[in-house]
Amino acid sequence: MSSLVQNNLKGYLRQDGRKGIRNLVVVAYLVECAHHVAREISTQFRNQQVHLIGFGGCYPNSYADKMMNALCTHQNVGAVLLVSLGCESFNRLRLQQTIEESGRPVKLVGIQSVGGTRKAIDEGIDFISSALEEIKSVPVVNISLSELSVGVVCGGSDATSGITSNPAVGNAFDLIIENGGTAIFENTGEMIGLEKIMSNRATTPLLADELKKAVEKAAKYYSIMGHGSFAPGNAEGGLTTLEEKSMGAYCKTGNSPVSGMIKPGDIPQKTGLYLMDIVPDGNPRFGFPNPNDSSEIAELIASGAHCVLFTTGRGSVVGSAIAPVIKVCANPETFKRMEEDMDINAGKILYNQATIKEVGQEIVQKILSLASGQQTCSEMLGHQEFVLGYKTFEPIGPSCLP
Amino acid sequence: MNKLIKINPLDNVFAICNGILPGDEQEIDGVLVVFDKPLGLGHKIAARPILKGEQVIKFGVPIGSAIEDIPRGAHVHLHNLKSDYISTYTLDHEFISPK
Repeated sequence: MSSLVQNNLKGYLRQDGRKGIRNLVVVAYLVECAHHVAREISTQFRNQQVHLIGFGGCYPNSYADKMMNALCTHQNVGAVLLVSLGCESFNRLRLQQTIEESGRPVKLVGIQSVGGTRKAIDEGIDFISSALEEIKSVPVVNISLSELSVGVVCGGSDATSGITSNPAVGNAFDLIIENGGTAIFENTGEMIGLEKIMSNRATTPLLADELKKAVEKAAKYYSIMGHGSFAPGNAEGGLTTLEEKSMGAYCKTGNSPVSGMIKPGDIPQKTGLYLMDIVPDGNPRFGFPNPNDSSEIAELIASGAHCVLFTTGRGSVVGSAIAPVIKVCANPETFKRMEEDMDINAGKILYNQATIKEVGQEIVQKILSLASGQQTCSEMLGHQEFVLGYKTFEPIGPSCLP
Repeated sequence: MNKLIKINPLDNVFAICNGILPGDEQEIDGVLVVFDKPLGLGHKIAARPILKGEQVIKFGVPIGSAIEDIPRGAHVHLHNLKSDYISTYTLDHEFISPK
């Protein structure tokens, strides 16, 4: 039925066996005080696949630590420059060691130890110039859909999201799973009311319990945060009940069985469909679970997503550091207005110009095109958003990954 | 142009995929329905008669129950459809597990 073209897909082979669809250099600041130096270094290499990420906090946080370790050894990353002020509490030596052990070129520049801003920038630029040369020798090998991991988020949703982009992404997810790939969805806060339907898709009863508990946790957490879930605009746009609103978001997960539950930075060792539980454990301590779309995208990437699908009705423009973001536009009028930012026009489903299934296939084809040298709209426009804040998580239990 | 779309074969409602104007006609299940008011993109129309108390199905799953009999072709919204959870879920309540 499906006629996916999977010719000439190339990946960058890493020492751990994972294959990236990008071969980029990451510049990572380890405290806000090192942000400027890191940015000065990375902007010297504009349009040369040098991406800036970082953690601004000076207080230690095990979630941020895990995220940074996962991101700096992401399969799309070829080399890493760490920029430290010197007195922050981030465990820079362990991060450096993690990267070294992964076989990637890495350098740690300490601003205090090298003697200030200018010297740190110069050292950083030297390293990146040589790292860009060095990573050209990373082996390029064949890659197939079965080796890809794809995440999904939605943002700037409107009444069309649940009709066009989200079910089309659901179809794409099913196609990815059918072909032996991996797909990750998240935002348990948008599954309130659907925990039974969702957990019924779990491959084991114990996993079903975990999925259900994750949604219950989200309901409690958002309740304490005092964050409502049904705005007047939803009803105006034709949404009547909470279940309906949740379902509009949920249908982007497709119909495949759910193989496991992970938390940000956990990388599934098997293929299949995964729920990422993004809501912190315990009482709220650091604010909203994910204050914006970019922090959700960073978490999906940290859990191994090669690329992220972003469904939007009103029209978000963001991309991301490290992994390409594919914008799937739900609303045909938005697409017309913001065409340069949108990779897929799912809104044509409303005009009967394509079926949900056809757009689902188009999405998967777009994912595959990223492994044959094509760029997404946000990549071409230079988007490299990255957000990482504080969170608290308990490790996942054994029933989460049956 | 067809102005209605059924998202899942199990659904008993259509979603409007192209704004409806008063006087617009649409054949539903062999029955001609004439709309008497404008209805915007994304709103729901009964695909068949839905009885009071019956669940409304969209995306292939229940999204609430009819609070009155809804004829084929009628607008389905806040006036005739209610959540099976908490009528507009208020998050300051303890979470209630579904039966």
